Amino acid sequence: MSISLSVKTAIEESGNSRENLMSVLQIIRSDLGTLSPAILTEVADQMGLSRADVYGTATFYSFLETTPVGKYSIRICRSISCDMKNKNAVREALENHLFIKKGETTKDGMFTLTETNCLGHCHEGPVMLVNDEIHTELTPDSAVKIIEEIRIREGVDE
Amino acid sequence: MKKMKLYIDNNEVEVMEGTTILEAAQGLNITIPTLCHHEDLCIAGNCRVCVVEVEGSEMLSAACATPVSTGMRIKTNSLKVRDSRRTIIDMLLSEHAGECVTCQRSGNCELQTLAVLYGSPDNHLMDISIKTEPDRSSSSIIKDDSKCIKCQRCVRTCQEIQKIGALTMSGKGEHAKVSTFFELPLNTVVCTNCGQCVIRCPTGALVERTYIDEVWDVIGNSDVHTVVQTAPAVRVGLGEALGHDAGGRFTGQMVSALRKLGFDAVFDTNFTADLTIIEEGSELLNRLTNVIKGSGEALLPMFTSCSPGWIKFIEHQFPHLLGHLSTCKSPQQMFGALAKTRWSEKAQIEPEKISSISIMPCTAKKFEAARPEMNDSGYRDVDYVLTTRELAKMIKQAGIDFDKLDESECDSLLGKHSGAAVIFGATGGVMEAAIRTVYELVTGRPVPFENLNITAVRGMEGIREATLRIEGTVEKYNFLEGVELKVAVAHGLKNANAIMELVSQGSAPWHFVEVMACPGGCLSGGGQPIPTSPEIREARARAIYEEDESLPIRKSHENPEITRIYEEFLTDGPCGHKSHHLLHTHYTPRR
Amino acid sequence: MTRERISKMQEKVNLIFSECDSMELLEQALKVEPQQILKMLLTSSLRGRGGAGFLTSLKWKFASEADGNRKFVVANADEGEPGTFKDREILDKVPCKVLAGMAICAHTIGAREGYIYLRGEYNYMKKSLQQKLDEFNDKIKNMLDFTISIKSGSGAYVCGEETALIESMEGKRGEPRNKPPYPVTEGYLGFPTVVNNVETLVYVAMIMKHGAAHFASLGTEKSKGAKVFSVSGDTPIPGIYELEMGMNLAEFVELFGDGDTKAVQVGGASGFCVPRRKFAETIIGFEGIPTGGSMMLFNSSRSMYNVLHNYLEFFCEESCGQCTPCRVGCQQLRNGIEAVKQRKLPPSHLDVLSKMTRTMKIASKCGLGQSVPNSFNSIVTSFKEEIIY
Ligand SMILES: Cc1cc2nc3c(=O)[nH]c(=O)nc-3n(C[C@H](O)[C@H](O)[C@H](O)COP(=O)(O)O)c2cc1C
Ligand code: SF4
Ligand code: SF4
Ligand code: SF4
Ligand code: SF4
Repeated sequence: MSISLSVKTAIEESGNSRENLMSVLQIIRSDLGTLSPAILTEVADQMGLSRADVYGTATFYSFLETTPVGKYSIRICRSISCDMKNKNAVREALENHLFIKKGETTKDGMFTLTETNCLGHCHEGPVMLVNDEIHTELTPDSAVKIIEEIRIREGVDE
Repeated sequence: MKKMKLYIDNNEVEVMEGTTILEAAQGLNITIPTLCHHEDLCIAGNCRVCVVEVEGSEMLSAACATPVSTGMRIKTNSLKVRDSRRTIIDMLLSEHAGECVTCQRSGNCELQTLAVLYGSPDNHLMDISIKTEPDRSSSSIIKDDSKCIKCQRCVRTCQEIQKIGALTMSGKGEHAKVSTFFELPLNTVVCTNCGQCVIRCPTGALVERTYIDEVWDVIGNSDVHTVVQTAPAVRVGLGEALGHDAGGRFTGQMVSALRKLGFDAVFDTNFTADLTIIEEGSELLNRLTNVIKGSGEALLPMFTSCSPGWIKFIEHQFPHLLGHLSTCKSPQQMFGALAKTRWSEKAQIEPEKISSISIMPCTAKKFEAARPEMNDSGYRDVDYVLTTRELAKMIKQAGIDFDKLDESECDSLLGKHSGAAVIFGATGGVMEAAIRTVYELVTGRPVPFENLNITAVRGMEGIREATLRIEGTVEKYNFLEGVELKVAVAHGLKNANAIMELVSQGSAPWHFVEVMACPGGCLSGGGQPIPTSPEIREARARAIYEEDESLPIRKSHENPEITRIYEEFLTDGPCGHKSHHLLHTHYTPRR
Repeated sequence: MTRERISKMQEKVNLIFSECDSMELLEQALKVEPQQILKMLLTSSLRGRGGAGFLTSLKWKFASEADGNRKFVVANADEGEPGTFKDREILDKVPCKVLAGMAICAHTIGAREGYIYLRGEYNYMKKSLQQKLDEFNDKIKNMLDFTISIKSGSGAYVCGEETALIESMEGKRGEPRNKPPYPVTEGYLGFPTVVNNVETLVYVAMIMKHGAAHFASLGTEKSKGAKVFSVSGDTPIPGIYELEMGMNLAEFVELFGDGDTKAVQVGGASGFCVPRRKFAETIIGFEGIPTGGSMMLFNSSRSMYNVLHNYLEFFCEESCGQCTPCRVGCQQLRNGIEAVKQRKLPPSHLDVLSKMTRTMKIASKCGLGQSVPNSFNSIVTSFKEEIIY
């Protein structure tokens, strides 16, 4: 689907007044990935908002990325409870497995690894979100396994 | 509305419900320092500099954002208030990459003033400022994020007053900053260069791009002949930048100062403002003729085209309506074209040796001068544009005692002007000037208003409308007999936007519409002395209308140098071939 | 042993997660006059469970008295406070009770539209919640003119603050507003709006079911009723527990500690850190430390520098950044303790920072900046050596 059409669909689904902007951006972020300049231009123009305004709104929210992200966003909880349960080991395992550092995206554009604030599963840390899916009580191995399974599903081999 | 009695620093005061603590204090002549607050803008309450103590509450309240309530007891200068005020200012300074000694705003910087008055003698907070390269992409405005204190005045200005939204806050927390769309350079976004954000920014984070050094260079170069023009609003603003109250008129001193600065020929944009009236008036009559007689295609309403912020606005926002714009260049550009042709011929100086400099109340004029469209004489019409503020700075740099200067007059040929030209500096002025001339052209009689003052189009109302019934036409225009000429005036791009929506829908009733990008018109342009406020704008407007009434000639078509230029130079008349070549232009859509 | 004790304590309360037919409850509740409901809430002394502890009866009263062509009920499910995870559990286990609570509010204040503001981190719950909602909306059609929808957040802690939440619902940056006006008079789209925590809404439903007196009989004089606690950190039994209010920390640690508890952070990053020597004198409740329910235990192996640094990093990122005391203050605190730790600044810099927090506390625009000093000062006071060395 073209950007313009996707944006149109998202607006039709959400409504086109200002209070629907978040919903529009959320739908597009999940359908098209990164909120690129081309996408936000389209959103602004179709909703009759200033482009900067739409950009400013998106950048307030850490899940509405405007910089390139992979197909899968891996967000490891950085809160103290998960930290105490050794989330750093999980992060390092993923960094080594994916050959990227926190904040980066794999070359194939498949995974972005970030840390995020409290995911609300403090009693079963460490936890991470992979897109909208939550994974709890991680170990370095189980985290890597989750990623490997996604790779298999995606039919990508290294 | 209820009245409410309260106490500020033990002074009793009675105010209407809905009044803020800040306003109530102002009524008692108690000063509460502010920073993010600006009279022209909605309340933000984010800098927290104005916090005061309200008895009974542990928390301090932002005076600008807190409505009063009955019986409130407020302290504006308690230990607690002073401590927080100082801490907040110290905090702002800790994230501000201050360089007061080189900063353009030094001496007129609200942060600096507060720092001097309230800041700690030694600030123990860590320096957390981030020095970044300023965005110098725009020919009008420099944006230096490292000096920004995130008061959001600029964002509010661009959104509320101009409805452009070129600026936004982006990111959050420690990453919150003022941004354009994806941090694109200012010259590539929808910014109109109006500079309204510049005159509301309390710090040096948004300033005009200055060309003072370049101008000193050409003045100092004996091979270059410098020709200077000054816009009408400059003379009613300049005084403020040199220590006078708003509302003073300094035309004569300004001319003397320009000579002292070393400009070779001192002219007046007012001359080409008069010329604009002749050209634009003729264009309007041509369009009316075409529409009413059905003799050709013509778009109505016709829009004025002298405000470059407005031009860029329409290029971006309503490109499909560009055809409604008068094809006249702005007075600045008309002047520039004439400086390098008519003056060059008369003075017998090669155009390439002429440097054409203009002093403008405007930042957008800097951009306009650099437009590729503005080269019709084969040379750039205007080489450098300085703001009123820059002129004041040059006067100070040159050590000129401005107040002691004698008044003098502009050089002739491109220097004489009518009162009609002067009022170009106020919203509604172009319209009034045009009506004075067009009405007389069409009827042979002066406009039927006392003392030629067309008060219906004056004032500060955002959009003003007037209807003028044309009666007793001369033969050439008898097709206009009985026609009701409908006009509208808008200032501030938010109001322009409202007008354009109507035009876009095809429901605009007017024949002729004046739009100025800046609220109040050029008298409060982005290049005028800082600050601006409704009172300051009123004072400047008063000065402009006084200047008009003080002049012997009040109508553009009665300016003898205008008559002369059509006799000697633009010999095929208004909107003729030559004037079309030099004085008219076209614009193209932008995304 | 302790597990049993905890079970008993939970059984005594057992309101939030108890089995109950929400439709039947609602049917009964809607027969009660709004004025009567307000009275019941007043008698119950129910205070908001989102952290600020505002009297629910009062909030609803203001909203019911406010003029507006439209009124809104919003369930605040933004739950972003580190260490809090009870709202997720409530929405997961007993969504219909939350919806019932919202409907009771709608009936009381005269609202026809309701929203659940669900944090983006809980997107995976959205589908099933939406299903429940659709069923619910359908079922109450004949009882009440009220429809509930979901609005999602996208990863911004400050959007839990009610006016930021409303800004976010309006499709804007979640920058808190100036107050007054409060949401009860000018909220979503400028209309009167009640924003309540998810847990609060369930308690309302339970008060309607079991009576105000029952609720008020729980807890202490100043902290009536019960509360859902999210327990995490160094504890053998992390999880969610509904307990009476007003327990002291010594009792709490005895139940949940691992035998080596040196400190408990009550109320998440924006709450207070209580060191062991103060456990006995610290009451969990409005007479002591009020909390949204986050209880994090730290044993002696933990560096309180790391804990504090983690919180400050959180605030630096999650402050909305609009107001000076909070935006700058958070960075000063984080950079400041780093500098002290690295010997770039003398330990006395902590005093500079502590003095600065006075201003953060009283001059910040919203509760976020106002409460950052809580963890900073409580940790620095009790664990100064750990911060410096
Ligand atoms: C920074 C900040 C974050 C907050 N986050 C939440 C939250 O996640 N959930 C919540 O219910 N209340 C939160 N609150 C409190 C709300 O502003 C509001 O008081 C509450 O939703 C009212 O509901 P209640 O009266 O039922 O507690 C937060 C407040 C602040 C200052
Ligand atoms: S903005 Fe003001 S305080 Fe900052 S460097 Fe400029 S003059 Fe100094
Ligand atoms: S110059 Fe005018 S249009 Fe450009 S950012 Fe400033 S206010 Fe907006
Ligand atoms: S650029 Fe100026 S007006 Fe804009 S936020 Fe920064 S300091 Fe304020
Ligand atoms: S206190 Fe913090 S979160 Fe609240 S308004 Fe100020 S900057 Fe934003």
